[in-house]
Amino acid sequence: MKQGVLTGLALLAILCALPLGVDSYWLRLGTTMLMYGVLAMSWNFIGGMAGYPSFASAAFFGLGAYAGAVAQKFGLSMFIAWSLAGVVAAMFAAALGFALLRLRGHYFAIASLVVAEVLREIVNSATDLTGGGKGLNLPVPQMASIDDQARFFYYAMLGVAVLAFSAVFATQRSRLGFGLRCIRQNESAADMLGVNVTLYKVNAFILSGVFVGIAGAVYASWVHYIEPPDVFDVLYSVKAIVMVLLGGAGTLYGPLVGAVLFLSLEELVWRNYISVHTGMLGLLIVLLVLFLPKGILAFRPGRA
Amino acid sequence: MSALLQLSGVSRHFGGLKAVSGVDLSVERGEVIGLIGPNGAGKTTLVNLITGVHPATTGKVSFAGKDVTRQKPWQAARRGIARTFQIVQPFPEMTVLENVAAAALFAGGMAYGAHAESAALEHLRFVGLADVAATRAATLTLAMRKRLELAKGLAMNPQLLLLDEVNAGLNSSEIDHALTLIRAIAARGVTILIIEHLMKVVLNLCSRIVVLHHGELIASGDPQSIVRDARVVQAYLGRRYADASG
Amino acid sequence: MLTFQILANGLVLGGLYACIASGFSLVWGVLNVINILHGSFIVLGGYLAFYAHAELGVHPFLSILIAAPLFYAAGYALQGALINRMIAAPVLLTLSLTFGLDLMLQNGMLLAFTADFRKLILDPPLGVLALGPVVIPVDRLAAMLLALALTGLLYLLLSRSRIGRAVVAVRMDREAAALMGVSVKRINAVTFGLGAMMAGASGPLLATIYPISPLAGTVYLGKAFVICVLGGLGSVPGAMVGGIALGIVESFGALWFGPEHATTLSFLLLIVVLLVRPTGLLGRKGYE
Ligand SMILES: Nc1ncnc2c1ncn2[C@@H]1O[C@H](COP(=O)(O)OP(=O)(O)O)[C@@H](O)[C@H]1O
Ligand SMILES: [Mg+2]
Repeated sequence: MKQGVLTGLALLAILCALPLGVDSYWLRLGTTMLMYGVLAMSWNFIGGMAGYPSFASAAFFGLGAYAGAVAQKFGLSMFIAWSLAGVVAAMFAAALGFALLRLRGHYFAIASLVVAEVLREIVNSATDLTGGGKGLNLPVPQMASIDDQARFFYYAMLGVAVLAFSAVFATQRSRLGFGLRCIRQNESAADMLGVNVTLYKVNAFILSGVFVGIAGAVYASWVHYIEPPDVFDVLYSVKAIVMVLLGGAGTLYGPLVGAVLFLSLEELVWRNYISVHTGMLGLLIVLLVLFLPKGILAFRPGRA
Repeated sequence: MSALLQLSGVSRHFGGLKAVSGVDLSVERGEVIGLIGPNGAGKTTLVNLITGVHPATTGKVSFAGKDVTRQKPWQAARRGIARTFQIVQPFPEMTVLENVAAAALFAGGMAYGAHAESAALEHLRFVGLADVAATRAATLTLAMRKRLELAKGLAMNPQLLLLDEVNAGLNSSEIDHALTLIRAIAARGVTILIIEHLMKVVLNLCSRIVVLHHGELIASGDPQSIVRDARVVQAYLGRRYADASG
Repeated sequence: MLTFQILANGLVLGGLYACIASGFSLVWGVLNVINILHGSFIVLGGYLAFYAHAELGVHPFLSILIAAPLFYAAGYALQGALINRMIAAPVLLTLSLTFGLDLMLQNGMLLAFTADFRKLILDPPLGVLALGPVVIPVDRLAAMLLALALTGLLYLLLSRSRIGRAVVAVRMDREAAALMGVSVKRINAVTFGLGAMMAGASGPLLATIYPISPLAGTVYLGKAFVICVLGGLGSVPGAMVGGIALGIVESFGALWFGPEHATTLSFLLLIVVLLVRPTGLLGRKGYE
């Protein structure tokens, strides 16, 4: 426990110091890494802990991005808009969870996958509110320099990541985390041992949505402009899963390790072989599933 | 004082099949009652009705004076109705201790943390599994898993314990051990309803036996009168239930 | 009168959809694997027809005869080499595996065929058929009839042939089939081959109606999902019913809400049906 806290603080110190003296390329990469970390840690709640194969991350991300953007369009300040995005994502996750978490296996996976598509179409059609297919511009925060701006969004994303990490940490050491482990291993037995399975699963789903929603809103402000196919991209869901698989499902540091590894690979491929980028992502997934289905951390004795 | 468990006209249909029909049964506090009947008689289904796994098609279930017909399994667990499974269901990747701690935590009303674990260890000692507390539940033998089920049931701090064929598949020394345990549990004041194929066990433990056949309760009474009851003998005709494997 | 026209459109669509979904449903029902590649197989079959037509002058309906064996063989090999290794793995892993393969295939097609939309234009055009006030383009009608014929053939294959009955036996009860001497591994590969074959063979039919592009498979895949949920898993009649139901729903949906919302509508339908009947409308005790 104590050691875990120390490791976490050391990691945080490094992440806080990272932006000092790096150029905008590295800042962009760092911000993306933190965003991926949020996606992976969040998926871990529902996929890793509860064992439900959710593809809903893209839905939460897009919803958060649009909630934040629309709130700012109506004149709310950026921070309030971000918080609001979290609230909207959480409420949406709660409602969706009550409906979808009764499904199992493939049916749950598909239903959760389809949600992002439906939301995208709705956003596409609600032209008055969202600008439809033309997208939506966001106000650019007033700052001295481009670098300051980049640094600002790095720290904002770091804030979201710290929130998500704390939530994972707390959950793993609580009734909720223990109950979710029971559910993953045998849901009906958990039910009969007194675990309120519906409530626990919905809680896991909310946790898997809220930070992704905030990250979506921060992302929207960061890039100043969003459009439906960009933020409701199913690849957000897939990447979240891949990162967790890479690092090890259900663990504390696994998703973060997965995020760093994944981003490194992605960046390597992006920079050198852009035309086969998705194909390489596919290849990575295939290799991962075939050869490392438990994640690379599984090779270490004593999982984190 | 009213009965702890009261079933009135309880039925459960699966499509056209009447797995349980029109069962009236009341179980007093402190009783050890045996539920017997041939395979497919509806015994497990009856347990499922009492624990909220299946909602009753008709009829009413009350527990401690409260109507619980529509309860969910987790609510039953928290109210003090614990059960073991005919087909044992541990959490395979957790340790034996964690399995029992889960029961203490979620149904037994314990707080999260060391408290639940020490209570769990207590129960493991009682059933004789303390030595394997730290091993993964998936690695236990069948006899050990059955005892783990018992420990989980106890950790739920139940008023009523439903035992669904806890002895099926055990050899005779293992059964003797189980009998001692069940008697010790009853001595703590836990009301027990036990489903059992082995007459030796039922006759040994129970003050009363009820018989289910084709979903209906066909007889109820003290052990001696049940084994002489013509309908019961007929229900079992041709079956060598005394050593049925379950 | 308009109603009849819409109904006719829906039936034509539905026949094609049944063909798309039957193979997908078979694989899902028998192997408990969702084959994300299915949509891209259809597109690839479309490209095959397009190039056979453009380069060699082969009529797209005839290229079905080329596509079917090719895709069967490819599916059989793919299952034997990769997918069989993961057949008993959790949903997430099998789903990710076919998803990863699909990303590779899509990327490959993008490189090979570019992102341009291709349109296969029949020469000479087949004109339209007027039944009273209802007008149906003959090429569509022919494609639909061929699609139904293919689906019917699959049905016959499953119900009459020895190997088909083995597939059905594995679907019903894997262990029992193994005990009866069926080589489950081989049947798994055959099933996947048949699924790929149905996708590849429906490609040329769809190519005569819709433009082809490397990423178009996603739409077909989405429709296959919906149809499986509507019609239940693993049975050809189920896919038939589900396909026609979806065709009709989409046609009326396009009329009432605008064609751009047809897909959204069908996805909403999917979610609603899943919530009411978690194993599909016609599904009995289904696979998870
Ligand atoms: N979930 C279910 N769905 C359909 N039929 C069931 C279900 N559970 C039990 N049954 C049927 O109900 C009858 C009684 O089964 P059960 O209660 O398990 O009998 P017992 O425990 O006395 O051997 C059997 O015919 C069984 O097939
Ligand atoms: Mg039974």
